[in-house]
Amino acid sequence: MSAVIEISGLRKAFHGHLGIGRTAAVAGLDLTVRPGEIFGLLGPNGAGKTTTLKMMLGLLRPDAGEIRLFGRPPRDVTARRKLGFLPENPYFYDYLTAVEFLDFYGRLHGLGAAERKRRIEKAIARVGLTGREGTPLRKFSKGMTQRLGLAQAIQHDPELVILDEPMSGLDPIGRREVRDLILAQRAAGKTVFFSSHILQDAEMLCDRVAIVFRGKLRAVGKLDELVARDAKWIEVSVRGPLPDGVPGDRTPAPDGTTLVRVDGVPSLTKLLAAVPAAGGEVLSVWPRRESLEDLFLREIGRAKAEEVAS
Amino acid sequence: MSAIVAIALNTFREAIRDRILYLILSFALLLIAVSHFVSLLTVGSELKIVKDLGLSAISFFGLLTAVFVGVSLVFKEIERRTVYTLLAQPVRRWQFICGKYAGLSLVLGSSVLVTGAGLLLAVALKGESPFGLLPAIFLGFVELELIGAFAVLFSSFTNPILAAVGTVATYVVGHLSWSFELLEKRIPGSGVKALCRGLHAVVPNLDRLNVKASAVHGVALPPGYFVAAVAYGFFYAAAIVILACLIFERREFV
Repeated sequence: MSAVIEISGLRKAFHGHLGIGRTAAVAGLDLTVRPGEIFGLLGPNGAGKTTTLKMMLGLLRPDAGEIRLFGRPPRDVTARRKLGFLPENPYFYDYLTAVEFLDFYGRLHGLGAAERKRRIEKAIARVGLTGREGTPLRKFSKGMTQRLGLAQAIQHDPELVILDEPMSGLDPIGRREVRDLILAQRAAGKTVFFSSHILQDAEMLCDRVAIVFRGKLRAVGKLDELVARDAKWIEVSVRGPLPDGVPGDRTPAPDGTTLVRVDGVPSLTKLLAAVPAAGGEVLSVWPRRESLEDLFLREIGRAKAEEVAS
Repeated sequence: MSAIVAIALNTFREAIRDRILYLILSFALLLIAVSHFVSLLTVGSELKIVKDLGLSAISFFGLLTAVFVGVSLVFKEIERRTVYTLLAQPVRRWQFICGKYAGLSLVLGSSVLVTGAGLLLAVALKGESPFGLLPAIFLGFVELELIGAFAVLFSSFTNPILAAVGTVATYVVGHLSWSFELLEKRIPGSGVKALCRGLHAVVPNLDRLNVKASAVHGVALPPGYFVAAVAYGFFYAAAIVILACLIFERREFV
């Protein structure tokens, strides 16, 4: 199946202060996003995520390289007909009501009046804004604006949804709802491409991720392939006395329990035998795997070390 | 085409939900109403005063509308980043500019329609047929279309303050374009003459669209003048809008 997004050798640099010098925002990016997957573009602030997204939407021209959406350049309207986009911290026309706003975007897609009405009702219900249809956008909270932005991005049933930091500024309930919406898109066979620096969300959602730092791709692939799935260490929570001589690093907790960190199954077996013998109680055993955050920090650290070395 | 219509209607909706437009319109209508009383102070030329003040009010307050609405049309979309989602839709950049200009034209047309109707009513109440004013009112609208095109052009690459300065300067220079022709004849030096000739050719000749004096004094326009002036204004405005599209086409949104 042909790729939804193909990025090859993408480069973009901006002039520095007063036009002096050039800073590379994206420095040779290659990515391919396949149909039906949730793809996360991850990186710290200033990594080049938004610049990449802007080039994907034709808002910026690449200095070098190529972007293809559905096999076409980003400025091609036939490609844009198939995509929905939500910018970071969206701001919409505050003189419009929610329905007027969605109706305007429906018109831009050439939808007829009856079709627009049907889709607006559906999109408003999907993002949980029912009852707010006639509210002027100037009275919308940040979370409501974000939801309306999502409604705008999905109301024309696009094949590809591009979301720039979709969870930013949302409360836990809002984040959960956005996650559910993204998963619903995948369930409907759509492709979702989002940028984020909130790794927890990416870990829960993404089929594949790419980690970028200072405009360069540091890692790309399935989470299972990128993150070691074997336990790196085991954390055991113990209440009561701990005998001397058992392996593991001990960290006392405020509630009187102790967290013992052991590095493998042999040490764990010894600990589990020793604690009851000493009159203590094992409360929990938690194998710790490498998380996306660990991978992220490792890759960023490696990138910084390479920069220093060079 | 549907994208242009959608953007135009949205631009029109934004303008009519802004109180400043109503303020400008109210002042224009107030001035037309007041002209009736001012005319009572004169002897023998009451109607001329009403027509003169009325046409000037339509022109001046139309200019204010074109500047206030026009100069921030594109800038506001970029500043508030609404252009990001808009251009992510199946909208070509030239459609965006044309839609914005069409929306501004709707605003200017509505403004001229309301104030023009007020003037026609004021003249009719004085017992004279007001229809002789129609060519002057329509050419006034064409002039506003031209000024609006410049407002959109400046708005496509600069901030509202500079765009307002540029638009008003164009209006002033446009009404003084005859002076470049005069200067060319009187000033020595071939370089300066060429500059004057160039400016006279490039700067819009807004006096061609100003037939207020003929309308006030009831003098008929020369045959073909009206059609030629309308064509001049609309073609000039179209050229400026095309230039705005070309500039906007190359613009990057950092």
